[in-house]
Amino acid sequence: MRGWPHLRLFGLCGLILMVPGAESPTAQSLEMAPAAGASDRPVSGYHYMGGQIQALQDDDFLNPGIFAVERGEEIWSAVEGDKGLSCQSCHGDAADSMKGVAARYPQYDENSANLVNLESRINEMRATYMDASEFPLETDEMLSLAAYVAFQSRGMPMQVEISGEAKRFWDRGKEFYFTRRGQLDLSCSQCHDELAGRRLRGDTISQGHVNGFPFYRVQWGTMGSRHRMFRWCNWAVRAETHELGSPEYLSLELYLAWRGGGLPIEAPSVRP
Amino acid sequence: MSKARIRISVPSKAAKGELIEVKTLIKHPMDNGYMYSRDGERIPRRIINRFEALFNGKAVFVADWHEAIAPNPFISFYALAEESGRFEFYWYDDDGSVYADSAELKVV
Repeated sequence: MRGWPHLRLFGLCGLILMVPGAESPTAQSLEMAPAAGASDRPVSGYHYMGGQIQALQDDDFLNPGIFAVERGEEIWSAVEGDKGLSCQSCHGDAADSMKGVAARYPQYDENSANLVNLESRINEMRATYMDASEFPLETDEMLSLAAYVAFQSRGMPMQVEISGEAKRFWDRGKEFYFTRRGQLDLSCSQCHDELAGRRLRGDTISQGHVNGFPFYRVQWGTMGSRHRMFRWCNWAVRAETHELGSPEYLSLELYLAWRGGGLPIEAPSVRP
Repeated sequence: MSKARIRISVPSKAAKGELIEVKTLIKHPMDNGYMYSRDGERIPRRIINRFEALFNGKAVFVADWHEAIAPNPFISFYALAEESGRFEFYWYDDDGSVYADSAELKVV
């Protein structure tokens, strides 16, 4: 594992770590990097960002993601579709019925024999039970409703089921996570396991957990889903991106949710 | 007057002579006019170009904003509580909209 592919990664890091103030990327410092084996002890991205952005997340007045939660609350009780129903008509008060739900997604769905995440479940509910139009992914409506639902699980540990039928999706997600891709020839693991906590130009590399989604990303100035972040990451290593809601990203989402198991849901988190 | 998502924080009560913190946050994209959409179309400038905070009709905090202000602008300032009254806040959008909100302060 520590043969030439590793050295090629090192060469890249040498380039991108050459910023003022960053420690010099000697071979020794790389070897001494903390073994950030994510499965040992997952650390939320919250701990890898600056105090000012932490403050933005901690204060519900300042946290721009709360705007989405408020909008989601309106959508929750808005009657839509031919059956004259809202989410609330069946689920009642989200504070009770949705508590802990987001922490269990994605999960295997018997009916469709497929993996579903929070967003695809919302659309399935809208189409099947409300006769309402599906929300296109990444729209304000979808992100807001997902944020409102996830918000009800804030502080609860992320815990997904990976046994049984879910196992094959988990396997696929794991394979995706460890596969090197793109012009930079990097796997997710090479940064988020081996180099977590180290600098990538102005950023600190996090362990890449998914406990804060949907999140508000300062760089985008908008809310975003897990899958949008996956697309961004793939794009950043100049790799092929997959569609939002694609089987590739759903499987990866399951693997990552498992990998960060036990981390508290932070939705809506704020990230740089 | 169009609607916007606004958050205001003003203490409802204050002692005479007390320094109070006023916080406001408004949801707004603050499109600076230099960005392009996915289709290569230039996104026209649309920002809030002026913010005004009035107390009992008198300006206490006014700011002209330009393209470099980030989305969802947050403003915090301090004011000396001398008399009871009403804060009014106005945000002026490039598109001509004015977003408004208000808060009461009781000085005891």
